[in-house]
Amino acid sequence: MLKYLIRRLTFLFFSIFLASVSLFVLLRLLPGDPANALLSVGATPEQIAAAQHKVGSDLPLLQQFLKWIVQLFSLRFGNSLISGVAVAPEIASRMSITVPLTMTAFLLALIVAVPLGFVAAYRARTWYGSALNAISQLGIAIPVFWVGVLLILTFSLRLMVLPAGGFPSDGWADTAGALKSLLLPVLTIAIVMSASLTRYIRSATLDVLGSDYIRTSRALGSSYVEAMWRHGVRNAAVPVVSILGIELATTFIGAVVVESVFALPGLGSLLVRAISQRDYPVIQGVLFVSTMAVLIIGFCVDLIQRWMDPRLNKSLTATRG
Amino acid sequence: MNTKKFGKFAMVGVLALSLVTTTTNAIAADSNATINIGSLYEPQNLDNTGGGGQGVTEALNGNVYEGLFKLTDSGKVENLLATAYKISSDGLTYTFTLRSNVRFHSGKTLTSADVKYSIGKVTAANSQSARKSSFKVVKSVATPNDKSVVITLSSRSISFVYNLSYIWIVNEDAKDISASEDGTGPYTLGTWKRGSTLSLNRFDGYWGSAAKNKQVVFRYFTDATALNNALLTRAVDVITSEQSPDALAQFKSSAFKITNGASTTKLLLVFNDRVAPFKKPLVRKAITSAIDNKKLLQSIWGEYGTLTGSMVPPTDPWYENLTKVNPYNPTLAKKQLAQAGYPKGFTFRLDTPNYDPHPAAATFIKSELAKVGITVNINIITADQWYNNVYKKLDYAATLQEHVNDRDVVWYGNPNFYWGYNNPRVISLINAAEQAKSATAQTQLLKRANRIIVADAASDWIYLYPQIVVASSTLSGYPINGLNSQFFAYNITKG
Repeated sequence: MLKYLIRRLTFLFFSIFLASVSLFVLLRLLPGDPANALLSVGATPEQIAAAQHKVGSDLPLLQQFLKWIVQLFSLRFGNSLISGVAVAPEIASRMSITVPLTMTAFLLALIVAVPLGFVAAYRARTWYGSALNAISQLGIAIPVFWVGVLLILTFSLRLMVLPAGGFPSDGWADTAGALKSLLLPVLTIAIVMSASLTRYIRSATLDVLGSDYIRTSRALGSSYVEAMWRHGVRNAAVPVVSILGIELATTFIGAVVVESVFALPGLGSLLVRAISQRDYPVIQGVLFVSTMAVLIIGFCVDLIQRWMDPRLNKSLTATRG
Repeated sequence: MNTKKFGKFAMVGVLALSLVTTTTNAIAADSNATINIGSLYEPQNLDNTGGGGQGVTEALNGNVYEGLFKLTDSGKVENLLATAYKISSDGLTYTFTLRSNVRFHSGKTLTSADVKYSIGKVTAANSQSARKSSFKVVKSVATPNDKSVVITLSSRSISFVYNLSYIWIVNEDAKDISASEDGTGPYTLGTWKRGSTLSLNRFDGYWGSAAKNKQVVFRYFTDATALNNALLTRAVDVITSEQSPDALAQFKSSAFKITNGASTTKLLLVFNDRVAPFKKPLVRKAITSAIDNKKLLQSIWGEYGTLTGSMVPPTDPWYENLTKVNPYNPTLAKKQLAQAGYPKGFTFRLDTPNYDPHPAAATFIKSELAKVGITVNINIITADQWYNNVYKKLDYAATLQEHVNDRDVVWYGNPNFYWGYNNPRVISLINAAEQAKSATAQTQLLKRANRIIVADAASDWIYLYPQIVVASSTLSGYPINGLNSQFFAYNITKG
């Protein structure tokens, strides 16, 4: 296991380095100039040159790259070309909204989806099993922004009990206000996410229910619940954990849509604005952080799976042998 | 299996990477109220000479920073930090007397050195001020004493005092104002939470009448619907500039007030007048006559907005309604095309910015021009691409763009401007207007220039945007005109 951990960690660091190089190269391949965001219609050639000098887009690419790498290793990410503020604290401030938003929505979706998915599989042939199946399918088909719009319409515009968007100007210092602001966005993500998770859990449970080892366990006198508890849950959880990791990573990046609908100053809205302005340090910073989050989630999922399913270790040894 | 799983995460990782692609007289108004202002225009930074954009003018101009003069909401130029000025008989020397007892927010008293520094900031080599070229005429700035500033010009400039209303007077000791401030206005900067809010607090040491509210919070939105929802739920008290006319129906109740003020923002179909076929005025006139601008305005803004037929908005002194010079008349357009040597029409690329209302306007123009045999290939581009390809490289045939400032017809006097309109008669009239001895003479000269520009159909001035402010009916004292995006907050009261 230790050997695996070291190998996996090396792979993680290599991936992060590769990601940072790709980020830099891909961004520079895009047409455009960050200096443009500082200019207005009527700018003179001297003003254009001054803007390019200010943002550093007149420097040779290699020099820009070395600057980026140095900043990366110090985890500072430089300063925004447009606003001039330091990127790292800005990302940290935005993450103080995006991380609680995605994590809470994820946990809520999980709490809802696990029992629903199990019931939908265990009672697949009953009317409520079919109903759960149909509802979860419908949930997947509805776009996330539409759920947000419907929640705003109901709870903000009609009932006027929750804010339609925005975040308190005092941030988390106004805890009650911040929680109120996040309630509808969390619900929006959780509703859509729980629909897809329910389906994954249902299908994983169905696979396990039809397996030979459950049948054998039943033949040896266990009830369905006992058989599932002893042998089924762990087996069903292995593919589900893999999906959970992907769902969490996708939601972290995909939160931009919900942030836009609810006017939340999160990581996604920072990225969208930075892209439109070609604000390289901000784009690089946000993407580096989100890529790192995705890779780390993947790393954790791998470890969890290995812990849950010892066969993975054995198969690795067998392959080597 | 392990590698396979990692592959899935790597894919998500790659996905992350691929994302790179004045109404006043309020009753029992609360002088300690906080006014929440909703806007779509967050500043890029807080320095108007550092590329702060439209948002910085909206939030800080007149509120945090003041000029020697002030452009009022009705478009008049009034004394502000200057109490008086004298012009020499040759029109080249201006002597300004500064107001006494004016303090910066940091506590320092305003002196002539600050004025000199502030003018230097706008004219500096690294200045990104949109007004920089207006100050090319400044030859020297002298400060004979703390309360006087003497500015010598290289040539007469009738607009000089007006232009000075755009220069913020900043404390010369304030080094970097991109994320902080040191002005003399009725508010100090509170906090700026990027992507969310910018707050202004009443400045107790203000030299003039104190702001009528204690605090102003600009709340920024990227989505117009989210902004409208914020007003409906009272999260904001006013929307500085409503950009979705379809949304206005929901505000037509006694709880809200909708005002339709004067605007200076024009939507233009800009021709590259340097290249064929647009270098022929007859072709440009034909296109202008082939497009029903009235229908386009109605389809986008309903009952709002104005047709002007030229670059000059009604708030400019030299405004004339010139909509009849190039009337909507497809038959005339076909005739003009034939006269110009294009009886069967031609094909051109229309570079269209990807944000509203340009794509919709481009589609409308395409269908209108198809009726006279002209094929339009719509090329959707980002704002950044527009700046690179159209503005810098001049690699375009025609484009759509909005121009926001007042008094900007003078750009047609610059043959190097991106539209490349070059008419020596117009250039000499516009230069003469700037050197005119009186405002009346200036107005007459610019009217003559504008008539020639319109007769040449230098561009197609599609329409003048409306300036719609929507506010809670309990609010009063807010500006209703969107002159150059400024939004004075100090007279706003609630209750």
